[in-house]
Amino acid sequence: MESPILEIKNLSASFSGSLILKNITLSFPRNKLTAIMGPSGCGKTTLVRCINRMHELVPSATVSGSVLLNGEDIYHLNPIQVRRKIGMVFQRPNPFPTMSIYDNVIAGYKLTGIKLSKQEKDRIVEESLRKAALWDEVKDCLHQKGTFLSGGQQQRLCIARALEMDPEVLLLDEPTSAIDPRAIQKIEELIVELKKTVTIIIVTHNIAQAARVSDYAVFLYLGELVEFDQTEKLFTVPKDKRTEEYLSGKFG
Amino acid sequence: MKTDSLFRFILFLSGALLLVLLGAVFLTLFFSSIPSIKSFGFLFVFGKDWNPISKEFGALPFLIGTFLTSTAALLFSLPFSLAISILLGEYLSNPFFSAVFKSVIELLAGIPSVIYGFWGLFVLVPVVRWLELKIHVLPYGVGIFTASLVLSIMIIPYSAFLAIEILKLVPPEIKEAAYSLGATRYEVVKKVALPYSYSGIFGGILLAYGRALGETMAVTMVIGNSDFLPKSLFSPGNTIASVIANEFTEAAGRLHLSSLIELGLILFVLTAVTNILGDLIVKKMSFQES
Repeated sequence: MESPILEIKNLSASFSGSLILKNITLSFPRNKLTAIMGPSGCGKTTLVRCINRMHELVPSATVSGSVLLNGEDIYHLNPIQVRRKIGMVFQRPNPFPTMSIYDNVIAGYKLTGIKLSKQEKDRIVEESLRKAALWDEVKDCLHQKGTFLSGGQQQRLCIARALEMDPEVLLLDEPTSAIDPRAIQKIEELIVELKKTVTIIIVTHNIAQAARVSDYAVFLYLGELVEFDQTEKLFTVPKDKRTEEYLSGKFG
Repeated sequence: MKTDSLFRFILFLSGALLLVLLGAVFLTLFFSSIPSIKSFGFLFVFGKDWNPISKEFGALPFLIGTFLTSTAALLFSLPFSLAISILLGEYLSNPFFSAVFKSVIELLAGIPSVIYGFWGLFVLVPVVRWLELKIHVLPYGVGIFTASLVLSIMIIPYSAFLAIEILKLVPPEIKEAAYSLGATRYEVVKKVALPYSYSGIFGGILLAYGRALGETMAVTMVIGNSDFLPKSLFSPGNTIASVIANEFTEAAGRLHLSSLIELGLILFVLTAVTNILGDLIVKKMSFQES
C-alpha cells in the first residue's frame, strides 16, 4: 500500500465517561473510498467525528491517541484548520436556510470571512456544483434559497459546500440515510467519481451500499475495530466470525 | 357519567368566564371613556396640554413619555438579553450553568416592581443626578432616563428568557454544518444562528415592548410625574400607566376621570396589539421549525 493519507493510532474516545471507541488503529489509503460499517451504536459516527474534531462540540467528550493527516497530528493543529482540510457531509441535508444556493456553496469562505473577488466566487461555485453533479439543475436559480431543492439535491449541495475549500479528505456520515431511494443512486455515482480527487470515508449501515461504492471496508463492533480490508476480500472471505455474521444479516 | 358531564360543564364555564372577563374589561374602559371621547374626539391623542383646572385633557405628553421610556428601556436591555442568550446557548451549554442562570432569571423576574422602584429612587436617582450635573442639564435625578434604566433592568429577565428560547430554535444541524466548514463560535453565532433567528428576535422584542409599555409602579416612582411634554430624555415626565396611577385617586371631576380611563383604554389596545403581533411572529418561527 502506498503512503496512507490518514492514520489513526490507538484512538479511544469517551462521552461522559462511557467508552465509545476502544483503541482503534487504522490507516486510510489515498484517493480511495473507505466504508465504515457496523450496527447502530458501534461508534461509526464518533470515529469520523474524531477525524475532524467535531466531537469537541460535546463538552463531555475526551479522546486519546492520535490522528495523523499526511503524517501531521491533527490534535496539534487548530481545529478550524483541521476542518478545512477534512470536509464533512451529515446524515440529514443541512444547507443554511438563510442563504441562497450560491452563498451556500461558498459558505466556508463567507463564514470565515475570507474575501474573494466576484470572478473567483463564480468560478468556485460553478466548479463545486459541477463536481457535485448539481450545476445543470441549479444554474438558473443560483440566487434562490437552497431549502426549496429536493432532499437529494440538498444533499448534493452540501457535498458541493464541503468540496469548495478543496479538502483532502471528505467524511460522509450516512449521507443517504435520509434521502429518497431514487436519489441515492445519483449520490453514489457522484461519490465514486469524487474519489479521483479526494479521499473519501463514508459511514454507512447499508451493507449493500458499502459493497457497491467502497474500495476498502472497516467493520466496527461495540467500539472495537473488528476487521479492515479491501472491500472485496472483507465481503468474500471475512477473517473474523463477527464480520461474517454481520454481513450475513445475523445482527445489526 | 353524571360527574363527567358536570366536570365538563365546569371546565367550559371557566373558559367562557375568561372570555367574558376580557370583553368586560374592554367594554368598561370604553363606556367610561365616552365623556372624554365626546369632548375631545381624536384630538385627545394629539393634545399637548393636560390641565385638570382648565379641564383641558390631551394625551400626547403621556404617549410620548410611554414611547420614550419603553423604547429606551428596550435599547438598553437588548444587548444584555442577547448576550445572555448567546452565552447560555453557545458557550455554556453545560446543563448545570443553564439551570443556575435560569433560576437567577426567574428570581429577578419575581422581584416586586415596588422594590425596583425603591432601588431606583435611592441608588439610581443620585447617580443620574450626578451624571446630569456633569453633562450640564437640569439635575432632576428623576425623569424619563431614570425610568428607562429601571425599566430596562426589569425587562431583562423577560427578554433574556425569550431570546434563550428563540436561539434554541436554531437547528443544531446547521450550526454543525458551519463548524464543519471551519467557522469559529463567534462566526457561527453571527452568521448562522442570529440570521436564522432575526424574525423571532423581532417578535421577542415586541413582546418585551408590550411588557414595558404597561409597567407602572417602578416607573411612577422615578419618572418625576410631570404632565408637560418632555423636552429631552432627562426631563421629568409621565407614562400612560404612571399618570393613571398618580392621578386616579384624586381625579377632579367626571371629565378628568373619564380622560384617565380613555388613557387606560389606549394602553390596553396598544399592549394587546403589540403582544398579539409579537406572539404571531414568534409562533410563526417556531412553527417553521417543527
